[in-house]
Amino acid sequence: MSEYVVELKNAVKRFPGVLALNQMHLAVKPGEILGLIGENGAGKSTLIKVLTGVHQPDEGEIYVNGEKKVFRNPNDSAAAGIACVYQELNIEKLLSITDNIFINKWIKGPGGLLDYNAMHAKAKEVMASLGQDVDPTKAAGTFGMGVQQMIEIAKAVLIDAKMIIMDEPTSSLGEKEVEQLMRTCRDLKSRGIGIVFVSHKLEELFELCDRVTVIRDGQYIDTRDISGWDNDSLITAMVGRSLDNQFPKEFGVKSAQPMLKVSGLMEAGVLNNVSFEAYGGQILGFAGLVGAGRTETMRAIFGADPIDGGSIEIKGQAMQIRSPRQAINAGIAFLTEDRKGQGLVLAESIRNNLILANLKGFANGPFLNTKKIEEEGQKNISSLRIKTPSIDEIVGQLSGGNQQKVVIGKWVNTESDIFIFDEPTRGIDVGAKVEVYNVMNSLVKAGKCVIMVSSEMPEILGMSDRVIVMRGGEVMADVDRDSKHFNQESLMKAAWGGKLDD
Amino acid sequence: MTKSKKSSNLMSYAGTFGALLILCVILAFASPNFLKFSNFMSILKQTPFTAMLASGMLFCLITAGIDLSVGANATFCACLAGMMIQKEITSNSVVLILVALAAGTLIGFINGTLLTRLHLPHPFVSTLGMKNVLWGASLVVTGSQMVSFSGHDGVMALGAKDIGGFPISFIVVIVIYIIMHVLLTRTTLGRSIYCAGGNMEATRLSGINSANVLTFCYTLSGFMAALAGVVSIGRSGICNGVNAIQPYDTDAIACCIIGGASFNGGKGTMIGTMLGALIITTLRNGFTLLSITSAVQNMVLGLVIIGAVLLDVTRERMEAKARRLAAK
Repeated sequence: MSEYVVELKNAVKRFPGVLALNQMHLAVKPGEILGLIGENGAGKSTLIKVLTGVHQPDEGEIYVNGEKKVFRNPNDSAAAGIACVYQELNIEKLLSITDNIFINKWIKGPGGLLDYNAMHAKAKEVMASLGQDVDPTKAAGTFGMGVQQMIEIAKAVLIDAKMIIMDEPTSSLGEKEVEQLMRTCRDLKSRGIGIVFVSHKLEELFELCDRVTVIRDGQYIDTRDISGWDNDSLITAMVGRSLDNQFPKEFGVKSAQPMLKVSGLMEAGVLNNVSFEAYGGQILGFAGLVGAGRTETMRAIFGADPIDGGSIEIKGQAMQIRSPRQAINAGIAFLTEDRKGQGLVLAESIRNNLILANLKGFANGPFLNTKKIEEEGQKNISSLRIKTPSIDEIVGQLSGGNQQKVVIGKWVNTESDIFIFDEPTRGIDVGAKVEVYNVMNSLVKAGKCVIMVSSEMPEILGMSDRVIVMRGGEVMADVDRDSKHFNQESLMKAAWGGKLDD
Repeated sequence: MTKSKKSSNLMSYAGTFGALLILCVILAFASPNFLKFSNFMSILKQTPFTAMLASGMLFCLITAGIDLSVGANATFCACLAGMMIQKEITSNSVVLILVALAAGTLIGFINGTLLTRLHLPHPFVSTLGMKNVLWGASLVVTGSQMVSFSGHDGVMALGAKDIGGFPISFIVVIVIYIIMHVLLTRTTLGRSIYCAGGNMEATRLSGINSANVLTFCYTLSGFMAALAGVVSIGRSGICNGVNAIQPYDTDAIACCIIGGASFNGGKGTMIGTMLGALIITTLRNGFTLLSITSAVQNMVLGLVIIGAVLLDVTRERMEAKARRLAAK
């Protein structure tokens, strides 16, 4: 019997032009939570897919309880007791919780028909053991992300998984849901299940993990007990260099007049009387819990969703914005939080994505100006440091950080005055984050107005000149960088509905 | 980099072009009449009708949609012209052609509006419904009678006349294809069409009015169907409402798919579609030369569509595999 429940040794995996994994190791003990961390493109996804049988390694071995295994497909991996909760959940939203949990492992009655009574009872029991008191007959899509994630975990529990991989499980969860998830992880650990916890958030690793493994550029770097790591050593191991400053904040000159003035924005059931001002030469941060109405506010300003009331002034001029086209004409750029679903045409080239928001600016009359597109595109690639073999590379082939840079390039090319960044660094690695911050810095230094919606408190505090806190579709606080409330405790208090004194 | 991309684009037509050549070689052996000059001209005369329907269909397919009403639309527009002659409303060729074109364009616009402004879930619904409406309407306007256009040479000119044996309609179709090629590859509207097919929401949030882009595609498809209807009048000298349920739509879809378009949108070119149209017409021509019944023709064409899609997905999988192996 081995010390480890699952052990991966000397794994090598090659993709066209890329060595995705090079002599990779990973070992998980039963009843431990192993943190796995690395920059985007470090090989985490490939590593997970090798363990779950989606990819077959070109070299190397996998041992489960000391026994050598070969996973030809995901079924082999599941049969060996390895389960994975992917970042993008595999939930059939229209089907009930029970149907989701029992997909492909249905309980059948004597007549060969499905025994729903037994399945519902079992589903309720499993969900309850994960701290979720829910009605399993209800459609999975009617529940929030936290519960949907628990459904995925329930699937793993049901197949008696020995090891569960969680790929950035907290990225789409609110604060409370994260707490519940952590409780569940500790509970699973106490049942002897090994957990691989992939996260970009260092504080989560310190709170939860027993050991942390760092990988970089497809290579294994180090594994230590959590007590052997601190913030700096983790980041150094991850990026291979120490990042002096995670938030390279630079200051612009605040404009005399507000660039954007929003008054009494109403959207029934979503936004209630949202008013604020944003100035040129500043970054205005929007903090709040998931579902506080920050994205909805931005979508309303951008004309992506219809509003029920309120007015918008741009540079002192009242504007009626009813469509994204009008918003762009008024000088607003909007980087959506959902990069793949709303920001990019994944099947198209970098070249075509970069011009999408300003086709007129790249055309003479109805005809595309291919020369200008080529020149500006190359300029975007070098100034934003988009890592790509060519401007004609299909965007879907790029890593998350580089995809985000393409979205930024698309909006920089509109020459807007107001840039709304919604979760601009979600799911991208530390190095790329700094590059995104630098773009924001150069925008504010050019006198542009930047609005940044972020759920990362350190990012809000590190980069904002002013912060607006929202909760339940309302503005709770407006805090200047010089204010005594410009700290995590005060902002969190406001986000949870507390009042800040003057 | 741009150069290698262009040459690989041309290479991607090599397979389709090769298929056309192989088809011609087989037919040349199978039928002594195939290689005759008059037969080639007859193929070029038959191609425009299908090629016109396919051009509109391609625009819809690129946006990840479909227009199942093109065949019925063409028949209806021809019947509308026939009705005006039958009821002696007018015999002015210009008026007849303009009414037909206007009607087809309007029908396309309605298809687009149903989809984009009235939010029907998928163009399958609106255009399939429209196909049936137009089938019935074609029979109603002509009183279920076949109408002859003999004596109305002006209306028939487009589909019947030729220059030195070379059909005018084919010249027209080539010009239209060149214009559409430029539209798709060199204009902002063309980029918008491909991008709307690739990701509708991202396109909308980039400030492009994707509803208008889609409406344009269906309106264009309606216009091209009407033009095809006018060509059909010249080719056959008649209009007949029962033709509305002929598998013209399937032929048009086959042209696009053989030419590299995808039901998932975002893909397809005019050059490929033209090759597809030539293959379909040559196939139909060969069937006629070999006296194969239309029932069998339909079966074979159905299989050709399935085969073309199968070939396309298989090719993509093989390429992905080749890339993987090349990396080793």
